[in-house]
Amino acid sequence: MEAFPILTLVTVAPLVGAGLIMFTARRRPGLVRGIATAVTGFSLLGSLWIFFAYDSSIGGYQFYAKYPLVPALGISFEVGVDGISLLLVLLTALIIFTGVFASWTIHVRNQEFYALLLTLVTGVFGVFVTLDLFVFFLFYELAVLPMYLLIGIWGTSAQVRPRGIFAWAIRETGLGSKEYAAMKLTLYLLLGSAFILVGILALYFAGGAGSFSLLDLEEAGFDPGLQRWVFLALYVGFGTLAGIWPLHTWSPDGHASAPTAVSMLHAGVLMKLGAYGIVRIAMGLLPEGTLDWVWLVGTIACINIVYGAFSAMAQTDLKYVVAYSSVSHMGIVLLGAATLTEAGLNGSVFQMFAHGIMTGLFFAIVGLVYEKSHTREILRMGGFGRRMPGVAAAFTIGGLSSLGLPGLSGFIAEILTFFGAWQSSYHWWLFPAVAGTFLTAIYILRVAKQIFWGPLDEGEHSHLPDAEGPEWVSLVVLSGVLILFGVLPALAIAPVDSATVALLDRLGVLP
Amino acid sequence: MVHLIWPIPALPLAGTLILVFFGRRLGARAHWVAVPSVGLAFVVALAAFLRVWRDGETFTGPLLDWIIAGDFRAPVTVQLDQLSAVMLLVVTGVGFLIHVYSIGYMHGDPGYPRFFAYLTLFVFSMVMLVLAGNFLLLYVFWEAVGLCSYLLIGFWYTRPAAADAGKKAFIVNRVGDFGFALGVMLLWVSLGTLEYDEVFAQAWALPTGTATAIALLLFAGACGKSAQLPLHTWLPDAMEGPTPVSALIHAATMVTAGVYMVARAHVLFERSGVALEVVAWVGILTALFAASIGLVQNDIKRILAYSTISQLGYMFAGVGVGAYAAGIYHLVTHAFFKALLFLAAGSIIHALGGEQDIRRMGGLARRLPVTTLTFLVAAVAIAGIPPFAGFFSKDEILAAAWASGHLGVYALGLLGAAFTAFYIFRLVFLAFFGPSRLDAEAARHLHESPPVMTIPLGFLAVLSAIGGVWGLPGEHGTPIARFLDPVLPHGEAALGPGTGPLLMAVAVATALGGILAAWRMYLRRPVPAERLGVPSNRLHVLLLGKYYVDELYDALFVRPLVAVSEWCARVFDLGVIDGLVNGAADLVGRWSSVLRRVQTGLVMNYALSMLVGAVILLGLLVRWR
Repeated sequence: MEAFPILTLVTVAPLVGAGLIMFTARRRPGLVRGIATAVTGFSLLGSLWIFFAYDSSIGGYQFYAKYPLVPALGISFEVGVDGISLLLVLLTALIIFTGVFASWTIHVRNQEFYALLLTLVTGVFGVFVTLDLFVFFLFYELAVLPMYLLIGIWGTSAQVRPRGIFAWAIRETGLGSKEYAAMKLTLYLLLGSAFILVGILALYFAGGAGSFSLLDLEEAGFDPGLQRWVFLALYVGFGTLAGIWPLHTWSPDGHASAPTAVSMLHAGVLMKLGAYGIVRIAMGLLPEGTLDWVWLVGTIACINIVYGAFSAMAQTDLKYVVAYSSVSHMGIVLLGAATLTEAGLNGSVFQMFAHGIMTGLFFAIVGLVYEKSHTREILRMGGFGRRMPGVAAAFTIGGLSSLGLPGLSGFIAEILTFFGAWQSSYHWWLFPAVAGTFLTAIYILRVAKQIFWGPLDEGEHSHLPDAEGPEWVSLVVLSGVLILFGVLPALAIAPVDSATVALLDRLGVLP
Repeated sequence: MVHLIWPIPALPLAGTLILVFFGRRLGARAHWVAVPSVGLAFVVALAAFLRVWRDGETFTGPLLDWIIAGDFRAPVTVQLDQLSAVMLLVVTGVGFLIHVYSIGYMHGDPGYPRFFAYLTLFVFSMVMLVLAGNFLLLYVFWEAVGLCSYLLIGFWYTRPAAADAGKKAFIVNRVGDFGFALGVMLLWVSLGTLEYDEVFAQAWALPTGTATAIALLLFAGACGKSAQLPLHTWLPDAMEGPTPVSALIHAATMVTAGVYMVARAHVLFERSGVALEVVAWVGILTALFAASIGLVQNDIKRILAYSTISQLGYMFAGVGVGAYAAGIYHLVTHAFFKALLFLAAGSIIHALGGEQDIRRMGGLARRLPVTTLTFLVAAVAIAGIPPFAGFFSKDEILAAAWASGHLGVYALGLLGAAFTAFYIFRLVFLAFFGPSRLDAEAARHLHESPPVMTIPLGFLAVLSAIGGVWGLPGEHGTPIARFLDPVLPHGEAALGPGTGPLLMAVAVATALGGILAAWRMYLRRPVPAERLGVPSNRLHVLLLGKYYVDELYDALFVRPLVAVSEWCARVFDLGVIDGLVNGAADLVGRWSSVLRRVQTGLVMNYALSMLVGAVILLGLLVRWR
């Protein structure tokens, strides 16, 4: 595998694309889109190749490569994928490839937009493939920071003003405006990174091997007292990005204000970065810390599931519904991980993928609907199914996956997580989890009915075309993936299982 | 044997896929794909049934592994035995007839190919549901048929009522499925397997409490799917779907899945004992409850919907008192006569250009002879008049209730039977006989349906008429009970000598009494048109309001849920969490504007503060020493 550094190429291709766009494509939006399509297409093909070439019967880190960067400090560019990151690399590639098409209609500074978007994606790929914690952190920041500009410049402010008894106080803060959202998101995530940095440095120094390599640190065997607080620091740090309750309020605002592709990427992939960090670093390196704190992780995850679903139910802005549904679904991811069972952990990773795809699909649809009807307010829509049957079908597929209908990816993730919850030491986790899928059904069906069913207001929405041209790409690809992995889950579960068993083995909880 | 099994689901699935991808191109020719795919599936199912019937050959085996995650394995196991063979025949046979009927009924609908795509998808899912050889697969297709139901109820999605009904069906079913999922999970935790044969072999080792919990949780799912109390509210609304859908999904097949499931898992219910009693009582109470609502409804499809709920209640009562074969037999005969009732009702609606209110019908017999005749056959069958099919199956259930000592169930069942005879003949008399109350427009539109619709009616009428042969009491129970014996063991009904004929006589007398009452009230001295359906007393109001269950649920569940969600989203999320966050930001802002004043930019001020600081530090140092 040394021969062809496919992982590195997949990772840096978007960054190269960003460079090309900045230097060669000034005022040529067609060329900008062409370059973006080419590099993300390359990454997609590469990750598909990796996905199918990965040998799950061997497991472990494959496509491994290591290039020393700062030998004195034990920093190197070390890459490799196991079953977990494998799936997430594919997810990232799918989302960004379709995201490029979903941003087709961005005309304002389209050069800078695509450059930032692609830079961000390199950060995401980097986080998933790197095995060196120092480089990991660099990529992590690279993935988070462009968000500020992307939302602040290309975002849209919500039309729905705050309501409720605190509305007067909230209006003052500018809640709902894109500037507020960008600032809130960035500050939150930077606060999270501070926790992560502290945790990583503690591990580096306590490890004593003078190395940031994950592989070296796995061997280190940390002091239980240290594990206790480092786990908590990492959990809070990564958890912020994963949208754990009560640190989640950046995400609805952020996702609702961001432009389509950024929402897709952020809810679809970046939130998984947080969950991935918890599974890979916090749980992978700190077995005793994990055992100390799973009760907290799982309990908060349960709150996420139910609270997110309830909050989604009350929203009247379509984007906020989807955003809160992410808060709810990320709960499934973390709950699955907290069960410390094979089924649960597989469910968790599968949910990272499944939720990534379906929320990407949702945001793509919201973007389309907004572009055509110029409203995000659910109550002002109705009967769109007649004019945009394709969009309605895609929304239905995503929605049914989200409420866990068998045959779609969401079901596999949820059922595995449920079985894991039963097997865990905390049986009661099952109940909020199952209740969450019930509540999901309520808000998803309500939205589907309100937007796509019922009579069409011919006056207000007289011109309402179905998806056209490049807009089909994200709808078809993403809903196809939801069905494919729902019908053939073994495609993903085989590699994931090889990685989760290894992880559970390290945690010493394998029966 | 496998080569006789896989085509049964594969054919309708292939039909669905062709319709999904090429439906738009096929347009009005969509039935050329759908009807043969289901028809061929029926032929194969018939061949498979004959194999099982003649040779007693059954098959259980995995087709492939679906999910494997550690000790959690989910193979796609199919099981073809006597029970699933009977169900397959019903699903594909009735399904085929209804597909043919739909060619006429749905003719010219803009969603024609979409309709057949959903309908074949339903047949595929239902076939897989009855073929499933483990609980996970059962659950998967349990949900899948629910999806088809949702899509087909909301088929005319631009109608707000249809959109609401689809949503309601899905959500109410979700409540039951919540229990079903927990039951499956509890089963897996207790036994470590979900395969039918392994579960039923080990079920006797389960503690009674666990078995009761599992059985009741599974039954919650059955209550949702089969519209039993307290989850029955979705089925009457589901009548917003096209009539063939009501016939196939909401009468003949999908709603009987709960009965099938309880019969299939009867070992678990027997292990519990209590659970079986619960099934019997929920069933018979639902039967009576729904029949009483049916007495006063005026929408032809709603009457039939409450009738379906009621008849499903009889089936549950049957399996609940241990007469599994009788319950399944009633399922089969009900599939014939209720599908027929719905299709004939559809023929009326078609003929009247959409009119569904029996108060605005009357005297249709002269103009719609085939529809009237077939409807009458079905009405006699459901009312329980020998020798029509419904008589034998319902009588089996009531006799089993009597024989097993469930006298309360028997008495309520008999009362329900009287109600049944009354409401169905009220419908018959008001719609087909007496003076015409049609408005001029409908009267002009009036015509008998085309052969493509009436021929399926004829087939179903024959089945409703002669379906009783399987239920003729014999030396060792009815033929169907003997056939199902390997799967559903039937205890010898310990009826005393002569009790059987006596019970039959009582049942026939009850049914005739109901018919007579309807005749006296609606035909002999017809109620004036303007007074039809006008409530005359409080009981009537209560029945017309369907006992106000929907209103009760709205107050008990819907409003509190909405309130909680409002609280989460507006009060807690915006108020408390964001309040703290924004408050923190505000605090930082305020403090920094205070501290900013210190930065005056005057060097003298800075020098002064340095001096003060140095003095303090020095002082501290000196003290420390």
